Amino acid sequence: MIENIRELLKAHEGLRREVYLDIENSSIIPKEVVDTMLPYFNQHAYGNPTLTHKPGWEAYEAIMKASQEIAMFSGCKTLEEVNFTPGETEANNLALMGTAFSMTGEGKKIVISEIEPLSVLHVANLLQKHGFTVVKVPVNEEGLINLEKLRETVDKETILVSLSTVNHEIGTIEPVKEALEIVKDKNPKTIFHTDASDAYGKTAFNMKDLNVDLATISSYKILGPRGTAALCVKEGVTIKRIIEGQIGTQKLWPGIENTPLIVGFAKASELAFHNFEENVNHMRRLRDKLIDGVTAKISDVKLNGPENDRRAPDNVNISFLKCEGEALTIELSLNGVYVSSGSACTRRLLQPSHVLVAIGRKFALAHGSILMKVTRYHTEEDVDYVLEVILKAVGRIRGIVGSVEVDSHV
Amino acid sequence: MSRTPLPYNRKILELFRNPKNLGKMEDATVTAVAGNPSCGDMIIFYLKINDEEVIEKASFESYGCAANIATSSIVTEMIKGMNIKDAWKTSWKSVVEAVGGLPSVKFHCGILAVGALKRAIRIYYEKREVSPGWLPKELTFEEKQALEEEELAKILSNRMKDEGEK
Repeated sequence: MIENIRELLKAHEGLRREVYLDIENSSIIPKEVVDTMLPYFNQHAYGNPTLTHKPGWEAYEAIMKASQEIAMFSGCKTLEEVNFTPGETEANNLALMGTAFSMTGEGKKIVISEIEPLSVLHVANLLQKHGFTVVKVPVNEEGLINLEKLRETVDKETILVSLSTVNHEIGTIEPVKEALEIVKDKNPKTIFHTDASDAYGKTAFNMKDLNVDLATISSYKILGPRGTAALCVKEGVTIKRIIEGQIGTQKLWPGIENTPLIVGFAKASELAFHNFEENVNHMRRLRDKLIDGVTAKISDVKLNGPENDRRAPDNVNISFLKCEGEALTIELSLNGVYVSSGSACTRRLLQPSHVLVAIGRKFALAHGSILMKVTRYHTEEDVDYVLEVILKAVGRIRGIVGSVEVDSHV
Repeated sequence: MSRTPLPYNRKILELFRNPKNLGKMEDATVTAVAGNPSCGDMIIFYLKINDEEVIEKASFESYGCAANIATSSIVTEMIKGMNIKDAWKTSWKSVVEAVGGLPSVKFHCGILAVGALKRAIRIYYEKREVSPGWLPKELTFEEKQALEEEELAKILSNRMKDEGEK
C-alpha cells in the first residue's frame, strides 16, 4: 500500500502551483505559529504544569497565559471558562456526554439539528443507545434550523440542545441567539451547547454576547495546530468529566497538558483576531470570487448553503452534476488543488453527506459536491489558478461520463 | 473500522488519467447499462460484435470514481478481439488482477464492470433470439450484484422521496 501511495505522490511532481483549500479536514500552520511553538518542545516550559519545579512552573505560566488570551478572544468572562481538550471531536464529546452524565434525574431528551458534525451526531446516537432520546430538528434548504420545530421539541425533559454556530460543511450561520432564547424560555435548565469551531476567529462569535452554556472552539480551523481545542463552559455551569485519570490544570480533561500546542492555539487566535475585519473581508472576497467564477463558467452546478452575509466568510461548497466527487478530488489533486468531497465510499455505495441530504440535495448532486475553505493567506492568483484547474477537471470528468444519464432528481 | 486514503496503484491512476476505449460507439451492436447514479456508480458498455461472434470493438462511458473508470476501461481492453464465449468467462477477480489490485471498498467497481459486460452479452443473444448452450440461465454473481445495487438505489431514492414529502 505504501508503494502505491509513493506512486501517487510521484504523479504530482512538477506542479506549477499548489493551493490547499481543505481547511475543513486539516490545515497548513503559518510559520509564525510554528516558530512560537518550537521553543516549548525542548527549550522552555517542557515540564508538567502541575509540578513544583521550574519547567513545570514555566508550563503553568504558559498555559494560563494562553487560557487568558483565548478567554479574551472568545469572550469568556474568566480564563477558568476555557477548558482545553485534545481536539474538537473530544470537546464535542465532552459537551454532550458530560452534560448527559451531570443531568441525571433532570430528563433524558437531547435535541440537535440534523446537520451537526459527526462528533455531535454520532455521540447523540451513542447516548440514544444508552437510554437517552435524541431528536434531530430539521433545517431548510439553506441549512437554517427550523426554530418553530425547535420550540415544539424542547420540553421539561430536555437536558441538552446542541446547534452549531456555523455549519462546518455548508457555512450556514445559524440563529443561535434566537434558538437559545427559545430553548431557555421553554426550559431554563436545558444546557445549550454550540460547536463554534467554524465561527471562532471568522465571525462575530463571542461567548459573552451569545450567552450559551457551552461552546467548542477549534485551533486548526483558525490555522493553529491540530491536537488541541477548547470547550468554553460558562461560569456557573457544571458538567462531568468523561474520561478519568490524573487531573492536571484542566478540570474537565485529565492527562498531561500539551503545552506547545496550547501555546500555538493562542498564537493562532491572536493572528486571526489581529486585523480581524480585514482578514474576514479578504476571505469573503476570495470566497465570492471562487463561487462566482465557478457558477459563471461551469454549467449544472449548485451552491450548497446560503449566500453573502448569511454564509461563513471562508466557506465554498458547490455540487457539480455529472461529476463524481472522488474522481474530481483526485483530478484536482493531480493538478495541485486540494479539496474534499462530501461523499464517502463504503463497501457497496457512495454515502452522501448527511448535511447535503438534510438540505434536500438528491444523491446525484450530493455525490458531486466539493468543499473548499479560503484563508487570509490565499491570494487572488490562487483563486484564479483554482478556477482554471476546476474548469478543466470538471470538463475532463464529464467527458468520461459522456451520455450516462445522471438525473439531478435522483 | 478505520479509514485510509485510497491507495490506488500506478495502473489505476494511468487508466484514470488516460482511459482506453472511452466514449460512445455510434455503430455498436449492443449497449448495456449497469449501476445507478445514486450509488455514485454507473457504466455504459458498447460492443461491436461481428458475424463470427468476435468482439471487434468495445468502449465505455462511466459516472463513478477512479476505480470505476479504471475497471471499466480494463474490461474493454481485456475483451477486445475475443469471441463472446471467451469474453463471458471474464470474472471480477480477473479484472481486479488486471488493474493490479483494488482497495477492498472498491471491489464492487470491478464487479459492476463485469456485470455490465455479461448483461451486454445476454442482450446480444436476446436480440437474436438465440440461447447458446454455454450461457447459463441463472444470473452470474456479477449480474446479481449489479441488480442488487440498482435495487438498493431504488430503495434509497424512494426513501428520500418519502422524506421530501414529509
